[in-house]
Amino acid sequence: MVLLHTRQFKLTKKMPVLKRVALILSILSMTAQTVLAAGGSDGLIVIVADSRNLSGVMAWWANLYNESHLYFTILTVVLIPLIGSIFGIVADFIMRLIGIDLKSRELAEH
Amino acid sequence: MDWLYVLMPIAGVEVFWPGLVILGAGVGVIGGFFGMGGAWMVTPGLNILGFPMAFAIGTDIAHMAGKSLISTMRHGKFGNVDYKLGCIMIVGTVVGFEVGAQMIMWLERIGQVGPVVRWMYLVLLALVAWAVFADVAKQRRKEREAMAAGREIDKLATGHEWHKTFHKINIPPMVHLKASGITCSVWLPIMLAFFTGWLAGVLGIGGGLIRMPALMYILGCPTHVAVGTDLFEVMISGLYGAATYTYKGRVELVAAIIMLVGAAMGAQVGSVATKYIKGYGIRAAFGWAVVGCFVSVLLKLIPNYFPDLYAICNIIATILILSLVAGLSIYITVKMVRGAAKEVAMKKRNA
Repeated sequence: MVLLHTRQFKLTKKMPVLKRVALILSILSMTAQTVLAAGGSDGLIVIVADSRNLSGVMAWWANLYNESHLYFTILTVVLIPLIGSIFGIVADFIMRLIGIDLKSRELAEH
Repeated sequence: MDWLYVLMPIAGVEVFWPGLVILGAGVGVIGGFFGMGGAWMVTPGLNILGFPMAFAIGTDIAHMAGKSLISTMRHGKFGNVDYKLGCIMIVGTVVGFEVGAQMIMWLERIGQVGPVVRWMYLVLLALVAWAVFADVAKQRRKEREAMAAGREIDKLATGHEWHKTFHKINIPPMVHLKASGITCSVWLPIMLAFFTGWLAGVLGIGGGLIRMPALMYILGCPTHVAVGTDLFEVMISGLYGAATYTYKGRVELVAAIIMLVGAAMGAQVGSVATKYIKGYGIRAAFGWAVVGCFVSVLLKLIPNYFPDLYAICNIIATILILSLVAGLSIYITVKMVRGAAKEVAMKKRNA
């Protein structure tokens, strides 16, 4: 990562102004994202996922966690209700198949 | 037996996945039945499975959001969710939680606040347990007296009738809550939500264990509606919690999804079980869940005064909580299966 930044910095002399601005903005946004990802009171601890022994979806997932907590959060918040709903619908289907009435109940305390 | 273990990509540890499914299912059954998130039951379970504690709370909240969504959907179809009440309460819950959380930070700056908060939680749990068991006993006494007098009591009659006093507050605007069958000042649910939210913020808990009895005893919701509406609140706060914890990098989504496989089925079983168990059956079982939570908090407090007992208290608390999860979920599942079998048999007979 550091090597990449150094190379990018050397290249800046040849870059047009617009590209330089874009590079500075991207570095700034990365810094901001890193600061935000660290969270409020947990700011001193930054956990990094070790993706070296992972492959496929798992590696992609670990890399996403390392690169952007924001995208990681968006995906988690979308996936959890989606998966929950799918499992819920499957369970509904099974119970309906058994013959359980899933639309009415008697409201009684005793 | 390597296939029984799955590598957590973020935490970098291998976890016994069937354990996650079983834990999810057990807590799902209990959550769907009582209308609570059940974080106090999940954390020791994750600890036993070798799950890193840095991720335990966030992962629990993430799976809780999915699980309570399923339960809310099911309870909603039964007519157990008072959405109007739930929406009114969200405002109070959020403001109350924030005030509570700020207050705890202020108290932390003054001095050590941990044990004080835990003692406060213990007192509250003792009060809730007392309220539930006293209510069950009072209702049974009323039933016996009615039977002796040869008359029938209303099927929605309750032991404690504290809500009738609270309904006398008629500060406008008044609101009619159709699903709960209540007409009261809108300030009553707002203040109730603020208070329970504040307590949850101060105690650092989800609040289902407090909100559910508050909905029954202070607002006067029927038990089933209190369970469904509480789950609606748990779902909203769970989604918010999942977002904030994930943003802080404290959620292991793979574990949350594996738990959700069990929790989804469990939540359905718990929610459908409420169809076959009357309100007071739910209340009595809820009382035992509160007692279990009380003992587990007490066991965490003891080592503060007797540090040598830390290891033994930890083991006892874990065994107790996991036994309680197993016991309650088996009881609820058996009731659900029996009720469903009876219903299916009756349908076949009538066909």
